[in-house]
Amino acid sequence: MTLINYEFQKELISKGKREDGRGLNEFRELVIEIGKIDNANGSARVKLGNTEVLAGVKFSVGTPYPDSPDEGMFMVNMELNPLSSPDYEAGPPKPEAIEISRVVDRAIRESKTLDFKDLSIVKGEAAWMCSIDIYPINADGNLYDAAVIAAYLALKDAKFPELDEDNKPLHETRTKKGLKLNNIPMMVSFAKIGDSLIVDPTRREEKIMEDRIHIGTIDNGNICAMQKGGLKPLTNDELSEAVDTAIAKGKDLRKLLKKL
Amino acid sequence: MTEKLQIKDKELVVPGQILAEGMSYIPSGKAIRNGETITSTVLGSASVKGHVVKVQALSGGYFPRKNDMIIGQVTELAKFGWRVEIGQPNQADLPLRDASTSFIEQGSMRKYFSEGDYVFAGITEVGKFIRLSTKTRPHRKLGTGNIIEVSPSNIPRIIGKQGSMIKTIKDTSGCNVVVGQNGYIWIQGDDLEKVLLVQKSIEMIEANAQTDGLTEKVEKMLKGGKK
Amino acid sequence: MAGKSSEPMMVKGKRLDGRKTNEMRPMKIKMGVVPQAVGSAEFSMGKTTVVAAVYGPKEVHPRHMMIPDRALIRVKYDMLPFSTTDRIRPGPNRRSREISKVMSSALEAAVYTKKYPGTVIDIFVQITNANAGTRTAAINAASAALAHAGIEMRDLVCSVAAGKADGTVMLDLFQPEDNFGEADLPVAMMPNSEGITLIQMDGDLTKKEFDESMKLVTEAMPILYELQKKGLINGEASFEGGKVK
Repeated sequence: MTLINYEFQKELISKGKREDGRGLNEFRELVIEIGKIDNANGSARVKLGNTEVLAGVKFSVGTPYPDSPDEGMFMVNMELNPLSSPDYEAGPPKPEAIEISRVVDRAIRESKTLDFKDLSIVKGEAAWMCSIDIYPINADGNLYDAAVIAAYLALKDAKFPELDEDNKPLHETRTKKGLKLNNIPMMVSFAKIGDSLIVDPTRREEKIMEDRIHIGTIDNGNICAMQKGGLKPLTNDELSEAVDTAIAKGKDLRKLLKKL
Repeated sequence: MTEKLQIKDKELVVPGQILAEGMSYIPSGKAIRNGETITSTVLGSASVKGHVVKVQALSGGYFPRKNDMIIGQVTELAKFGWRVEIGQPNQADLPLRDASTSFIEQGSMRKYFSEGDYVFAGITEVGKFIRLSTKTRPHRKLGTGNIIEVSPSNIPRIIGKQGSMIKTIKDTSGCNVVVGQNGYIWIQGDDLEKVLLVQKSIEMIEANAQTDGLTEKVEKMLKGGKK
Repeated sequence: MAGKSSEPMMVKGKRLDGRKTNEMRPMKIKMGVVPQAVGSAEFSMGKTTVVAAVYGPKEVHPRHMMIPDRALIRVKYDMLPFSTTDRIRPGPNRRSREISKVMSSALEAAVYTKKYPGTVIDIFVQITNANAGTRTAAINAASAALAHAGIEMRDLVCSVAAGKADGTVMLDLFQPEDNFGEADLPVAMMPNSEGITLIQMDGDLTKKEFDESMKLVTEAMPILYELQKKGLINGEASFEGGKVK
């Protein structure tokens, strides 16, 4: 039963207000917890309002690709698990799950936060493979932004395990060496309802949105990733305004993260 | 076996917990007799009145009952009338002849209710099917407003003794509020700020359902109108 | 179970983490961690942590799975890829499917399924960190989540495993003990009736050792019940230093 009434929300938002009292450009409260998952090499638990996600980093050692012998690899996997919301079903990943996995991956990859050369162990023979797995605990809208923050914090928390003589990781160990991160990637997601774009939508707002856009930025304010979803078109002006907001909000969030 | 009460009035209990021992005690609500003992089947609040041991669930879904007044959403137009969803796992039917005191032709069904419309209806029958009626006041189609979901077990608190709490909410805020016993509440008002305040006050009631002095707190919140 | 450990599992009557043979690890329970679910709980036994969420009773899909006179109890147990020392590939595997099945039976025995005919009650459990005893932690979390959801139950379901390491029978083995253990015996019970709803065993136990193991498990039940009860009533609770707080 879709309990949220589109007409009511549209009117409210056109007046610059939202159901939970936020302004159109306001993010919900951010709460973070780092490094509590023992078996992960790095982990973070991020709450954005009631949306909560868990990210874990696991290192393994593999053979580098022949065309980049002095580089390691990384991959992002994110699931829309039925535990976190009545909207998600068990079973093989649906298009929404694949999309969010890939967009979050791009936000991290294209931000050049990780230098793949840093992950090399022995040129041409061995390199670190970094797996980031992100799982929602409670999906109350805007999993995208929460996931990017969680992934970054998990990478920041990550420490390499020791290697044996054959360069095989000893998974139960933990060195003091972590990843060198060049950046804090930030994603800002918008929902379009009526003629307004609102930032950090809740699940209820996502149910009635006509369009959405996710914009990833890096420390210096440049854009590193973008994704639009939904059925309605965006005008150039709307997009331009969204980009400005995303850059500004990205900066605010980075400041906030440094404090927490 | 000796007659023994194991709990106090207003104590919170869990499933399987022994509330009383002995055959003189009478179970009520979600308390049941298990041989010589009375146990609770849910997480709930126990009350003792004489020899009656009653348990009221703290949470849980909605169980449709005859004469309940509920809010539902029309999902489908069918030959017999409208299919209405009233919250999982319950599907209900609103037959043509029970929608209005006037005669409704199949072709003009949409004049009354279309897919997606919200209705405030009464339950006339509970059995293999749940039957609804919107014939009499105050049952009707609900227009544009905000609908929120609360735990059905908190509805009595939101309505209050003889409707005192809901009356306070309506009078202080100036909004129209319709409460469905199935846990859905519809709020409508010209002042959108007030509508949001009503929503907030209901959230507060839910969070503090066990405490006293709620009516005063709610009144204060609605008068305040702070943003 | 791997071969024998080079280290002794017991030194001067104490286990590697200082516990006695009949002591459980410190535990924590917190309710409502998934506000959108009808009921939810987070549970930890030592370093093993799990999250359980309950959805339902609701309509069954696919329809052919519906049971007309009662609720279908459907458990999905899932280990997150970063929960183990070696990353595991996401998705169900044979082990998780088996655990899901025995958990369903263990919990169904406690639920008054006839009160919810033709519906399904979905229970999702995610292991966020695995340090032995994951299915027992999962059952404790799921039981509390079901009660939190207001589902009518005969009793709560409490679970802990007994086992044998280095020839000694002990309760609630943690990873180092489990790795070199000679027997693993997870059990789930309804504490007020002492009815066993789950029992699995693998390894090598004499009848005497088995009886000892069951005694350890049965004696632990009141603590587990008290922990779930306090958690449900107060929103959270913990077990440390031998006491439920």
